[in-house]
Amino acid sequence: MSDRRAEIDQALDAPQPAIPVPRGPVPLTPPRLARPSVEIKIDGKSVSVAEGSTILDATKQLDIDTPTLCFIESLTPVNVCRVCVVELEGSRTLVPACSRKVEPNMSILTDSERVRLSRRLVLEFLASSVDLSTAPAMQEYMERYGAHPERFGTVCATLAQPVKIDNDLYVRDYGKCVLCYKCVEACGVDAQNTFAIAVAGRGFSAHIATEFDVPLPDSACVYCGNCIGVCPTGALMFKSEYDMRQAGTWDETRQTQTDTICPYCGVGCELTVHEQEGRIVRVTSPLHHSVTHGNLCIKGRFGWQFVQIQPAGQKD
Amino acid sequence: MDLHLTSAQSTAEERAAVDAELGPPDSSWQGGQRQASDTRAAFNDDQRVPRHRILPVLHSLQNRVGWISTGALNYVAVRMDLPPAEIYGVASFYGMFSLQPRPPVVAHVCDDIACFARGSDKLCTELEHRLGSAGSTCSGGRATWLRSQCLGLCERAPAMLVRSAGTQSHEGVLAPASAEAVHFLMNDAVAGRMPAEPDSFSIHTSVPQAATKDAAGQLRLLQRLSRSSSGHLEEYLRFDGYEGLRKSLDLGPEDTLRQLSASRLLGRGGAAFPTAKKWEALFLQRYLLREDSPRAHYVVCNADESEPGTFKDRILMEGDPFAVLEGMTIAAFVTGAKQGYIYLRGEYPLAAKRMQLAIDSAIQSRFLGNNIVGRGLNFNIEIRRGAGAYICGEETALFNSIEGFRGEPRNKPPFPTQSGLFRQPTAVNNVETLVNVPNIIREGGATYARLGTQDSTGTRLFCLCGHVARPGVYETAMGMTLRQLIDLAGGIAGGKTLQAVLLGGAAGAFVSPHELDTPLTFEGTRAIGATLGSGVVMLFDSTVDLRLILLRIASFFRHETCGQCVPCRVGVVRQQESLQRLTKAKPLGSTTEEIAVLREMAQAMRDASICGLGQTAASALESALRRWSLFS
Ligand SMILES: Cc1cc2nc3c(=O)[nH]c(=O)nc-3n(C[C@H](O)[C@H](O)[C@H](O)COP(=O)(O)O)c2cc1C
Ligand code: SF4
Ligand code: SF4
Ligand code: FES
Ligand code: FES
Repeated sequence: MSDRRAEIDQALDAPQPAIPVPRGPVPLTPPRLARPSVEIKIDGKSVSVAEGSTILDATKQLDIDTPTLCFIESLTPVNVCRVCVVELEGSRTLVPACSRKVEPNMSILTDSERVRLSRRLVLEFLASSVDLSTAPAMQEYMERYGAHPERFGTVCATLAQPVKIDNDLYVRDYGKCVLCYKCVEACGVDAQNTFAIAVAGRGFSAHIATEFDVPLPDSACVYCGNCIGVCPTGALMFKSEYDMRQAGTWDETRQTQTDTICPYCGVGCELTVHEQEGRIVRVTSPLHHSVTHGNLCIKGRFGWQFVQIQPAGQKD
Repeated sequence: MDLHLTSAQSTAEERAAVDAELGPPDSSWQGGQRQASDTRAAFNDDQRVPRHRILPVLHSLQNRVGWISTGALNYVAVRMDLPPAEIYGVASFYGMFSLQPRPPVVAHVCDDIACFARGSDKLCTELEHRLGSAGSTCSGGRATWLRSQCLGLCERAPAMLVRSAGTQSHEGVLAPASAEAVHFLMNDAVAGRMPAEPDSFSIHTSVPQAATKDAAGQLRLLQRLSRSSSGHLEEYLRFDGYEGLRKSLDLGPEDTLRQLSASRLLGRGGAAFPTAKKWEALFLQRYLLREDSPRAHYVVCNADESEPGTFKDRILMEGDPFAVLEGMTIAAFVTGAKQGYIYLRGEYPLAAKRMQLAIDSAIQSRFLGNNIVGRGLNFNIEIRRGAGAYICGEETALFNSIEGFRGEPRNKPPFPTQSGLFRQPTAVNNVETLVNVPNIIREGGATYARLGTQDSTGTRLFCLCGHVARPGVYETAMGMTLRQLIDLAGGIAGGKTLQAVLLGGAAGAFVSPHELDTPLTFEGTRAIGATLGSGVVMLFDSTVDLRLILLRIASFFRHETCGQCVPCRVGVVRQQESLQRLTKAKPLGSTTEEIAVLREMAQAMRDASICGLGQTAASALESALRRWSLFS
């Protein structure tokens, strides 16, 4: 208590700012209660993590690289892809590391035969049904787990389908969609609250859709592009990027990224501007930025064409 | 919320269907006529239609119009203040809702395994000749027929269910069905001449034991039903009805729980979890329930029975509906629940009708509602009908379905006793489990536990179907061997030789004729790598090509996976494709290689899937591969 008093006094003694603010006790953020920690065992090593953490958090603490696909820090875990499963002693089945909370004395294996088999099969199942060519992380994992999707033959059911190009801002190539639910969450309560898309259908024909699969311009979409921001497979892609990829000119090694603040309104969203050959090719926002958590609106995400329009008579 | 809708308009018929469920709209904001007061209206959340009404609303549209159009969906969106994409996601999840124009009369003809064993393929071929291929329209564009999964009428296979949409919608069951009778019924339905009662309940057909005097005397769960299956309250009361509840009210919740605990009753829905433990978890949280808190407890009866070959719950609900209500009321007394739900399979018209009649007369006679039997207990029960999704029998998918979301299972933990329906503590039990409860309380748990074996107490209902002489529901004390049970049902139909028995349904396991001396207990079946599951005992004689049965089971799972998690969504498809290749003797590589891939897939599905569907989708196949070499 007295510590806190001293802190407040100190705050009161702080130098006067140029613009006077009313004097009085300055409200301080309440001190953080230290979360009790939980002791668990991973691959034989003891690790102590804060209560409420997930197994994934714990593996990170030990620098174990756990593959994830449907998980992203900014959204509620849906634990559907199952590529992150680990073996938990005493559990009949494997458990998803991304969402399972740690409990005292858990004993976990992250690289057992069972874990490797399930991860490999999940990757093979995905790669045999969707196009993972724009998901480089998945390619790496497939190598690590020795996945051979071609062993299911060439005549198996896939999600191959024409790309949906129904607006100038972004394209939807659901032949690449792994149904990770991220875009639906970003469009819904986890970020945008627009609810333009949802998972529709059932089973292998489950897919991301607007109502009755109407084109985006007929739907509630506001083109914030937050779904593109979270899509792990490139199924959702800037039209600018898509066109360049089609033309064979997309080259990330020749791109620069510049962080800046969006000029449009007072919120102050951080933008990362991706540029290639002097042209803006896409705009993202850092996931860990305290203002955006990776989200933007249509203006910040897409409203930069003006930068590239040269007023008449002006040179570079 | 700020809804964005397409320009599609609803028809008067569609609006009437929705309003029939929700009542007329209050203002133009909710889709009504514009009136002067609309400009000065204020709305808050209380005035919103709760999301859990969505399934009844969609049923109403489907029943009246025969399909759900874009315009209809827009009207539902406005009435319920829900985004159309969300509603579309929900509607497109369920097999029963058509999102494309469809004729008003639809015949669903079962071609699942038990019906297959009894000639459904012949029936379907004849229908193709008479009416055209499945899905094509007939009767002047007013009707169509479709192939269907198990309709839960396997004791009367081959079975068929017809639905007729309209202002007066009808459902009717035909089992056993012939092509001629199906055609006839469809024409009747088109002409608006459907029988008033969707099905008839015949105790002699469905419960063969009731016919033999000494067997009938030993029945417990089927006892009352074998004497009177009218479903009337007076009859129920005449045969010990509500004695269990009275005794429970005398004992108090704690002693009721003690009796249940002493009975060692294990759930009959498939997972064999101790019922007393489930209820106790809620009992221990009762102190958190206060009038002024939003916290609530729920009791849910799982009556979604859709496991191929299972029909026992249907027979209990049709023949002894009050026993289900009494079991739920005792559960409410122990757990502190004020509201109960019966999630009833959409394909069970007679069971739905009889359960609703039972609820109505129980309310009238004060066995439900406020101050039950004058003892201060308050409890209400609502029926929610499923809409053609096997997965909604999984308890957490069932919660999502009632709440108005897609019927996708949730990850566990948290378990339903901590966070179930509406994220509140919930006790969910199978119909048969609940029907056991009044008997247990009436006679005492210890008396009950003397029946059966040490680890499997009491009696159990078995659904005998396929190539058995007298198909139907049989009740035996746990511990009877498979051989004895088959003998009880008159042996193999037509005196043929037995090839295989499927125990526990599509999610169960095959056993061979060498294993007939296995006792039908939880531990006995586990010892041979099988399961009692939902009590299915399906016989196949030597004329059946088991590969086709395996393929049909694989197709069932391919059709019924919710599609949420990768190992199951893709696994069940690859499994079915692989079986197709093996059946055609065209494996990828050698047969041994193909089977090795199947086994790996099975392990990944079992280990990494979210719910029991994916985890057991390969178990029947694996059990068959262990016992026979079918593909060499
Ligand atoms: C795919 C799937 C389908 C299920 N279907 C049913 C069902 O139709 N009826 C049922 O009682 N239990 C069903 N269950 C089991 C339920 O999840 C749950 O265990 C059961 O309702 C609990 O009741 P009990 O303890 O009385 O057995 C199903 C489980 C799975 C995984
Ligand atoms: S479109 Fe992308 S974000 Fe959306 S579900 Fe598919 S893979 Fe996930
Ligand atoms: S195991 Fe199958 S049915 Fe269960 S959640 Fe996963 S996809 Fe859905
Ligand atoms: S990352 Fe854990 S299930 Fe997808
Ligand atoms: S009703 Fe046809 S298999 Fe059950």
